[in-house]
Amino acid sequence: MKKVYARPAYCMNCHLCEVNCIVAHSRSRDLFRAYKRENLRGTARVIVEERLPLSVAVQCRHCDDPRCVAGCISGAMVKDSETGIVYCQEDKCVGCWTCVAGCPYGAIRPGEKNGRPVPLKCDLCREAGEPACVAGCPNRALVFEERRAGA
Amino acid sequence: MPTLSLMPPEFSVVRDDNKCIKCLACVRQCGFDAQQYDAEDDRLYAIDANCVNCQRCVSICPAGALTIYKNPPPMRPNAHWTEGHLRNIVKQAETGGVLLTGMGNDQPFPPYFDRLLLNASQVTNPSIDPLREPMELRTYLGSRAEPVSREESKDKTRTPLVPIETPIMFSAMSYGSISHEAFESLARAAKAFGTLFNTGEGGLPEDLYEYADHAVVQVASGRFGVHAGYLNAGRVIEIKIGQGAKPGIGGHLPGEKITAPVAETRMIPEGTDALSPAPHHDIYSIEDLKQLIFTLKEATRYQKPVSVKISAVHNVAAIASGIARAGADIIAIDGFRGGTGAAPTMIRDHVGIPIELAIAAVDQRLREEGIRNRVSLVAAGGFRSSADVVKAIALGADAVYIATATLIALGCHLCQKCYTGKCSWGIATQDPYRSRRLNPEIGAERLYNLLRGWSHEIKEMLGGMGINSIESLRGNRLHLRGVGLNEVELKLLGVKHAGEAM
Repeated sequence: MKKVYARPAYCMNCHLCEVNCIVAHSRSRDLFRAYKRENLRGTARVIVEERLPLSVAVQCRHCDDPRCVAGCISGAMVKDSETGIVYCQEDKCVGCWTCVAGCPYGAIRPGEKNGRPVPLKCDLCREAGEPACVAGCPNRALVFEERRAGA
Repeated sequence: MPTLSLMPPEFSVVRDDNKCIKCLACVRQCGFDAQQYDAEDDRLYAIDANCVNCQRCVSICPAGALTIYKNPPPMRPNAHWTEGHLRNIVKQAETGGVLLTGMGNDQPFPPYFDRLLLNASQVTNPSIDPLREPMELRTYLGSRAEPVSREESKDKTRTPLVPIETPIMFSAMSYGSISHEAFESLARAAKAFGTLFNTGEGGLPEDLYEYADHAVVQVASGRFGVHAGYLNAGRVIEIKIGQGAKPGIGGHLPGEKITAPVAETRMIPEGTDALSPAPHHDIYSIEDLKQLIFTLKEATRYQKPVSVKISAVHNVAAIASGIARAGADIIAIDGFRGGTGAAPTMIRDHVGIPIELAIAAVDQRLREEGIRNRVSLVAAGGFRSSADVVKAIALGADAVYIATATLIALGCHLCQKCYTGKCSWGIATQDPYRSRRLNPEIGAERLYNLLRGWSHEIKEMLGGMGINSIESLRGNRLHLRGVGLNEVELKLLGVKHAGEAM
């Protein structure tokens, strides 16, 4: 399946992927409303890990055999059998955070939406097509492509 | 530095808090520590005194919340004691050093390109539509035979001509002064477009030898990175005598920029200053230059044309004549607007002459002496647009070198702080945190686009003049007219004043 891959050689640590992610997952899809009205600062589903001068954007790897799905006690976390995308059916989440604890990449963080728990994880912008982090990366440090297993 | 500086900051960083989303991109991207974040108070603020107006933060801010303002002059207006002079004096009073700067001469000397206008065809001769009819921009660089004879092919000391697909080449910028990423962008774009880039005096990095066939390999007074493999890999060899930004001055790349890969390429110890002497210590006359030219030709079995690059100085025409007679195949002349990674401010702003006058003088002199065919003439130093290129060719150049324009295409905002090695745009730096901002894929595309755009425009201008080949424009000063130039200037440029007929 097509996934987001980081190219650390070109990641310049601007964290704009996080900004674009937040806007793409906001109700308004507007930068100012997302940050100023919806207060979504810090809720990015992609996190730039830094060990300067190196930095790299990390998000869900959409594993073939995802531990978050296996561990989910409410059946909220699922892997789409067609697209392979691992995502959370937010109305079913009970906030036990087994997914957070189980993720080997640290790519899921606990969050909340309208007072309800919701795991912050990449859904590859499954409704939009191209992930917002990739589309908005100013230095093409993120690519969305098909790679062979293990590549 | 004293605790109290007598000069207020030159720029103010103004943040619109209504727009700022505190994503901190500006803080992470500022190369000069002007943008700051106070995590305890969750507050962004700026240290104005550090700001150099490179515009990196303004460009990267997703909210458009930043503006950099030039502060008003810190004194009452004075046409003689300008702000620049004042700031320089105060800086020197505080440091006692030589003023350093980067990029080219930024003083308001008259730009002759802006006083020259091009011709176009009307009624009596047809103009040409470059979209419908073929238009030739290919240019051959090198020495032409005189006279053309069948014996020519038997002459083993004749170096081959080098074709370029557009009369625009990338001028010398060394690896070390610019980042590997910027260097690679130039190399890739030159190869893709079919023109040449110039290694500058710092050698060619091992991993970029695949682009060597599109490289002008430079041999400068420091001889950095020069070895037989390097000379034979390049397409053209260039002896650098001088550079437009600092005629008569050598180079000094500080040890901080000599990282391991730069040291390896330059063949010097890591962390040592790379000092290029002002003169070549083996060249003190045209005869000495001839020896070096033929040493290089021998070393490459007469397969590489040799170029000699000089700054445009007062006696440039006579010097160029000597260079042509010394056996050079190409003469590159760098005008006083040419850029640099570092130069003493006084030298940059007050030494040399405009490229327009230099090209006209050299072309005229070589024609009068009947040796114009022995060399190709390359003009350099502050070419801002395709119109400048066309005018330079009409004045007598075969091709031009561009460098500042390429850096602007790569993101440079002319903040003139190249010598600090802190370039926020990843160009004039060896700091991996900064240089990785310039993805060579994107850089090469942008440079290719620039060449493509300029080449299209050159074709349009040629078509308008009724010319279908750049060859026919070369030295064709009848296609130029001056506006607002005095008689001496018109005579030196060899052009008539606007309004005068053919």
